[in-house]
Amino acid sequence: MNPNLNLWLIPLLPLAGAAMNGFLGKQSSRKAVTAVALIFSGAAFAMALLVALRFSSLTLPYHEFLAHWIRSGSFSADFAFYLDQLSLVMLLVVTGVGFLIHIYSVGYMWDDPSYYRFFSYLNLFMFFMLTLVLADNYLLMFIGWEGVGLASYLLIGFWFTKDSAASAGKKAFIVNRIGDFGFLIALFLLIKHFGSLNFAQVFGSVTPLGAETAGAGLLTAIGILLMVGACGKSAQIPLYIWLPDAMEGPTPVSALIHAATMVTAGVYMVSRSHVIFERAPIALTVVAIIGTLTAFFAATIGIAQTDIKKVLAYSTVSQLGYMFMACGVGAFSAGIFHLMTHAFFKGLLFLGAGSVIHAVGGEQDMRRMGGLKSFIPWTFLTMGIATLAIAGVPPLAGFWSKDEILWKAYQVSPVYWGIGVVTAFITSFYMFRLLYMTFFGDYRGAQVDAHGHGSPHESPRVMLVPLMILAALSLLGGLVGIGNRFENFLAPVFGSAEVAEAASHTTELLLMGVSVAVALLGWWCAYLLYCKRPELPQKIADSLGGFYQTVVHKYYIDELYAAVFVKPLIDGSTRILWQGVDRNVIDAAVNDAGDGARQVSDEVRHMQSGNIRSYAGWIAAGAAVVIAVMIWAGVR
Amino acid sequence: MVPLSYYLLLSGFLFACGVVGFLIKRNIITIFMSIELMLNGVNLSFVAFAAHWHALSGQVFVFFVMVVAAAEAAVGLAIIIAVYRTRETLNVDQVNLLKL
Repeated sequence: MNPNLNLWLIPLLPLAGAAMNGFLGKQSSRKAVTAVALIFSGAAFAMALLVALRFSSLTLPYHEFLAHWIRSGSFSADFAFYLDQLSLVMLLVVTGVGFLIHIYSVGYMWDDPSYYRFFSYLNLFMFFMLTLVLADNYLLMFIGWEGVGLASYLLIGFWFTKDSAASAGKKAFIVNRIGDFGFLIALFLLIKHFGSLNFAQVFGSVTPLGAETAGAGLLTAIGILLMVGACGKSAQIPLYIWLPDAMEGPTPVSALIHAATMVTAGVYMVSRSHVIFERAPIALTVVAIIGTLTAFFAATIGIAQTDIKKVLAYSTVSQLGYMFMACGVGAFSAGIFHLMTHAFFKGLLFLGAGSVIHAVGGEQDMRRMGGLKSFIPWTFLTMGIATLAIAGVPPLAGFWSKDEILWKAYQVSPVYWGIGVVTAFITSFYMFRLLYMTFFGDYRGAQVDAHGHGSPHESPRVMLVPLMILAALSLLGGLVGIGNRFENFLAPVFGSAEVAEAASHTTELLLMGVSVAVALLGWWCAYLLYCKRPELPQKIADSLGGFYQTVVHKYYIDELYAAVFVKPLIDGSTRILWQGVDRNVIDAAVNDAGDGARQVSDEVRHMQSGNIRSYAGWIAAGAAVVIAVMIWAGVR
Repeated sequence: MVPLSYYLLLSGFLFACGVVGFLIKRNIITIFMSIELMLNGVNLSFVAFAAHWHALSGQVFVFFVMVVAAAEAAVGLAIIIAVYRTRETLNVDQVNLLKL
């Protein structure tokens, strides 16, 4: 029998923090707001650690029932929590990285007038994210899923007086809704065919079904629809367009929500549903193809971006593509492994970028940075570690997880592996490009800006400590993957079928060598172009001409979507629905009814003379008519 | 025994007098009296029928009409006093503020 872990406290603690800061924060001092935000998110992390410490003594999966929610006939969905190795990993990543980013935000947001609102939203996000990863059924998961979308919307549009921030929030929300539509249909299909949304029940009834090898069937449909949902939340082709715009939010938000945790919800959901995907090979192939294409496509866009946060945003999209590639080739544990290491180094990269932006007084354009390594050495050091990690230089975290994915992908199809390796090269290139443009060469920004900001300066310690902790995790986090230890840890969830090694150990080492080589090659290219000969990139860009412009403009995808989906929708709404239906039918009906009534009244109102005797006359005439009718009726 | 039709003719005559008075008179009190005349014309036909058919319901109905007429007189006279106090006239043609 399992001890009672009181899992419900973990999501509810941040909710309490959000409520306190949201309702009382305006009147409280900054210190009080800080204390509430940190204590409640820290307590959630502490509880998660306690759970992890007692983990080995538990019988898994651990269920915790809190309250009835929906009971209708044989269908039921409860407030219940579910803990297994997968949720534990997510739990620790979300609370751990989340807590670090809370600490960092204290320094980053200190001067913001809406300080309390920021922390209220951030805690609210933690609540929904923890609900998502701890949910015992798809419906509760969907609550968390929608909730993190809401928190994301609120935080992207945090500076809502800025028009671009408000519309970026709107864009994120609407694009996510498109994905949610697929997710919802998948849930309806699950209810219709399995009568339940409970993980244990659904997977229990799916398990005996054979794989749909012959063609597309029910499971394939469910799998693909779930993937549509994941595409929205995790920014995959074709719904990735919201994530780069989401960088309008404060940088800690980009780190926590749009890099480390929320955007990985799709990967978590697909991994959680691995029982369904494993029996739907077509859906799995779709996942792999979407992941691979997104990884490559987003990486190429990342090359030409000049906004430091946009580079990181496309990098995030690309790395999420790797995770889906892993899921798509059935290596769910490799995907989750990369999710974890990515949370460390991408969180770190964003926080470092925040520190850089903070140092240069709000400038985000890398062309106006440079030479910062002597001004902000700690930021440089930690970001350097993160860059090495994401580029896949051993023995840092990114190397282990990315190599694991590429190795698994190679066993399924060398095509995935090939694209993955090319992407790894591009990743290494654009990340070192970012590093060189930001920290090396001469400082290209204004020395003293309008606010008298002065020369670039290092961030306060409250921001540097989280950077250092994350740097340590990026350095060492990958070591848990040595000797398949991480994979073995997750094996009870994903089954050991995927452990079967098809190719030899030599091949694995060879592929490992290739990925290290491309990482170093990317580094060398970036060094050559952006450090050794800084005039060269411009020449290359000029010689590429139109193609370069296409990449700079992100392949004109936003413009394409605007022309294909947004404009017809707006035009249709304007011309047909607004001017046609609304104005000419609905408004016209109401107005005509009003006008008609007025015209009739205009004639009839003369009866209301105010003269009592004329009223009496009308009554008498009316009575006479009634009598006449009655007599006539009686005679008949 | 007076035939029923006599009563009915008288009743109709009284009612018609009331209607005509109501329509042509300008003084509110006269109009009020015309209303009483109409009510009593109807009452007469009620009791005439009651006597003719030996049915009590007609007489009971007359009592109801008289009670309602008494209440109406009380309210109506109060209104007339109120009208006179504010408008200082009892001519209905000058009490026409409600017209559009």
